[in-house]
Amino acid sequence: MTERFPPGARVRTSRIDPPHHTRLPRYARGAIGTIVESQGLHPLPDDRARGLPCEPLPVYTVRFEARDLFDEGEHAVTVDIWESLLSSIDDNANGGAP
Amino acid sequence: MSGDHHGTDAHLAAQVRQVETLLEDRGLLDAAELDRALEAFLARASPANGARVVARAWLDEGFRSRLLADANLALTEVDLSMGGGLQEQRLKVVENTAVQHNVIVCTLCSCYPIALLGPSPTWYKSEAYRSRVVREPRSVLAEFGFDLDPAVQITVWDASAESRYMVLPCRPERTQDLDEQELAALVTRNGLIGVAPV
Repeated sequence: MTERFPPGARVRTSRIDPPHHTRLPRYARGAIGTIVESQGLHPLPDDRARGLPCEPLPVYTVRFEARDLFDEGEHAVTVDIWESLLSSIDDNANGGAP
Repeated sequence: MSGDHHGTDAHLAAQVRQVETLLEDRGLLDAAELDRALEAFLARASPANGARVVARAWLDEGFRSRLLADANLALTEVDLSMGGGLQEQRLKVVENTAVQHNVIVCTLCSCYPIALLGPSPTWYKSEAYRSRVVREPRSVLAEFGFDLDPAVQITVWDASAESRYMVLPCRPERTQDLDEQELAALVTRNGLIGVAPV
C-alpha cells in the first residue's frame, strides 16, 4: 500500500458523524490541514471495532491552525489521522493527479 | 469526544474481565500470565525513564538528533523501549525551543507513553483537560502556574491514533556544570507532558 500524501500536502478531513466508534475527533472534522509526516500502516479502528475486515492504512500526523478548527486561537494542533478519512485539496491545482 | 473516564471505568473493567475470562476459558491465556506481564511492565514504567532520555539529549547532540528523527531507535541506546504492551508503539519526541512550545494530550481517551512517564495523572484523563487544551492551551498552561512567554508559539499534539508523544523540554539556564544524573533530577513528569517548564 503506497502512501497517497507527501509531507506538506494540503488535506481536508472527512465530515463523517457515524453512530459507531471513530478515531477522527469531532473538533477536527471537515477541516483543512497539512501533512507533517507518515506514521506507517495501521488497521482503522473504526472498522476493526465493528469486526469488519480492515487492511492496514497509512496514518499521518496532520497539522491544523487553531483558527481553522475553532475560528480563534494562535496555536497549532496536530491530529493523527487514517488516510481513508482524508481527501486532497490539491487535486484540482495539479490536474487531478493523486 | 468520548465520555469521561469516571463514568465508564466500571463498565470498561467489566468488559476487560469478560475478555480475560474468555481468553482463559479457551486456553489462550494463563490466569497469572497477564498479571505477571502487567506487574513487570509497571515496575519499569517511570517518569525517571523519560527524564534520563531528556538529560542524555541535552548532553549529547548526536543522541538528540537521533531521538527527534526516530525515537524508538534512539531509546535502544539507553536500554529503553516502547514495547511493553503486545506490540511496540511508535514514539514521537517533540522539542521545545525558545520560540516553540509543545503540549501533549489524547482527546479521545488517555493515550500516553506509560513506559517513559509512568502511569498518567488523573487530570490528564479528565474531560476538562482533554477538551480544553486543544482549544485554549495558553489558558490551561496558566492554570498549571505556567505563564508562557506570549511570543512563544504553541503546538498541541493529539495522540488520536497509534503514536505516543513526549516533550523534550528546553534545558534550564545555568546548568552547564551538571552531569546527566543531576540534569535528569530537574526533569518532571509535567515537563515531559508540556504543562510545566523545566
